[in-house]
Amino acid sequence: MELFLQQLINGIVQGSIYALIALGYTMVYGVLRLINFAHGDVFMVGAFVGFYTAAAFKISEPSLGALFLVMTSAMCAAAILGILIERFAYRPVRKFSRLTSLITAIGVSLLLEYLAQFFFGATPKSFPTVLEIKNINITSNVTISNDSVLIIVVSILLMLVLNIIVFKTKLGKAMRAVSFNLDVAKLMGINTDFVISFTFALGSALAAAAGILYSVHFTKIDPLMGLLTGLKAFVAAVLGGIGNITGAVLGGLLLGIAEIMVSAYISSSYKDVFAFMILILVLIVKPAGLLGSAAQEKV
Amino acid sequence: MATLLRIFGWLGASILIVTILESILKTLKNYQIMGSDIITDYGLNIICLMGISISLAVSLQLINGYTGQFSLGHAGFMAIGGYVSAFTTKSLLAGSGDERGFISTLIIYVIALSIGAFASAMAGLLVGIPSLRLKGDYLAIVTLGFGEIIRLVIENIETVGGPRGYIGIPKFPNWQWLSTSAFSGTFSSMSWIFLFAILTVIVVHNIVKSSFGRSLIAIRENEIAAEAMGIDTAFYKVSAFTISAALAGFAGGLYAHLYGQLVPTTFNFVRSVEIIIMIVFGGMGSITGAILGAIVLTGLPEWLRLMAGLRADWMPQWMIKTFTYLPELRMIIYSSLLIITMLVRPQGILGQYEFSLSRLLKKNKTTKTNSEEKKA
Repeated sequence: MELFLQQLINGIVQGSIYALIALGYTMVYGVLRLINFAHGDVFMVGAFVGFYTAAAFKISEPSLGALFLVMTSAMCAAAILGILIERFAYRPVRKFSRLTSLITAIGVSLLLEYLAQFFFGATPKSFPTVLEIKNINITSNVTISNDSVLIIVVSILLMLVLNIIVFKTKLGKAMRAVSFNLDVAKLMGINTDFVISFTFALGSALAAAAGILYSVHFTKIDPLMGLLTGLKAFVAAVLGGIGNITGAVLGGLLLGIAEIMVSAYISSSYKDVFAFMILILVLIVKPAGLLGSAAQEKV
Repeated sequence: MATLLRIFGWLGASILIVTILESILKTLKNYQIMGSDIITDYGLNIICLMGISISLAVSLQLINGYTGQFSLGHAGFMAIGGYVSAFTTKSLLAGSGDERGFISTLIIYVIALSIGAFASAMAGLLVGIPSLRLKGDYLAIVTLGFGEIIRLVIENIETVGGPRGYIGIPKFPNWQWLSTSAFSGTFSSMSWIFLFAILTVIVVHNIVKSSFGRSLIAIRENEIAAEAMGIDTAFYKVSAFTISAALAGFAGGLYAHLYGQLVPTTFNFVRSVEIIIMIVFGGMGSITGAILGAIVLTGLPEWLRLMAGLRADWMPQWMIKTFTYLPELRMIIYSSLLIITMLVRPQGILGQYEFSLSRLLKKNKTTKTNSEEKKA
């Protein structure tokens, strides 16, 4: 029982990171019907911006202020990167078929990975300690480290902020309108290009935040870290029903918990196999994901 | 009987062509022009890789280009074919230190490669089934998932080396059918690879030109309309996946026996993307485009590597300096090329254009008759 509880906590920590990245995938898919393959690499760029910010400000003492500085700079940089990617790669191909956009997205993803390898070097770097790791005992055998608490708290905070933006502000309303029908939203006088740019900025900022949290927790960063993590976050988004914000959070948590449970009780080398197997099974049974609504094809 | 004769005629002609080409290239290796090698072992290796890429790209064209389904797991099929056929040859040839005859070795290789292709086809069948319920992006993701599952499962099988890789796979034997001091006739890996590349092109071309192929194209153009016209879309989609997977599995087997070793990470998601880039670059829905894409994109990184070592007296310092960075920049150039192709020419270099010898000949004939008429 205690093992289970411990693994559940680990699963939620892992799941929160997936959920933060999955939100970006799902929002972009919502407004553009595009799988933004480059999103996992924005997550990686966020982690590296954090690394270089810490180096530039010569952060040596772990403090909350340092963490805040690293995280905000990473989020701002990633937001700008997201806007640039959308403006220069996705907007010109928007008028072509969706397949063209998908391949462009794969191209952007590869470009970011190889640019990162060229400029940052392919060897893993160890992330500076911006947070002093302490373990907090819940019961005698169940512990939670303070970085895990941080991950969960920051994720919940960011999700609340996102919720307010999407459901309580005028811009959020415009976002929902664009995701409902882009052409009609345009007819209603919504500046759709601005809304799409904003969606990319928001999603990328969340990915960068996830990147920093991930780096604080796992301490190693490398240019290819976004590949598998991004892929699995995408699996999480599809699992919950892509285009659905609640679904992304649910999918992320489910995937994180399932993965940790598989590695704890079955075998850690099979956890990725399980992640993809869950995806395939869910899609075969419910093609639109857990919370997604199936779109009827018009003839 | 006539068809059988025609098939054997084609096969014989193909074997003759590939083995003569291989012999010429291998012979050229012994000669030099102005003190530099015409072709090196490394160059021959790249040509072999191009042949395998052609098979992979043309077979993927059947799913992505003609049936309009987006598969992101082609490397998975290649991996299954490679591992299964490698395991078969290794078991069949195990313990035989003595030289086997030409025919028996030939049969063993053909059997092993066929078993690999069959195993891969079964995987294709399995992947094809979700395609009945899923469309577009969702299907792409499921095929991606399948591809990754295949790779991850292979990494966990200890018999084939697990994550360290499968080593000691027998390589294609080097058969010498003519040996003189000036010219040596050989039939080995390059002939195998190009024989199969020709076979793949013929198979895919004939499928596309048949009524079966027209059904596939109908599904690509509009699935609902195709179904309304009485096309059994489920059957055709699954068949396309199965055939394509079988061809990719065979290519995987050739890859395994070319290098004599397999590492699971070479069959990851990036590999599948590379094959997709080839057909997207060359032109979706064109066999000629797939061949062009395979040759250019397999050759390009090597060409950039070659450029890096280029030195000449007229070159300014900055040029030499930039060139030395080329090998590191090659993947950046590669991915930029993909994005630029999509921005400038989303249908690929050739679009749906096909090269046709008979059309070329016919065109010449009509222009000739036209000019003759004018004379009269």
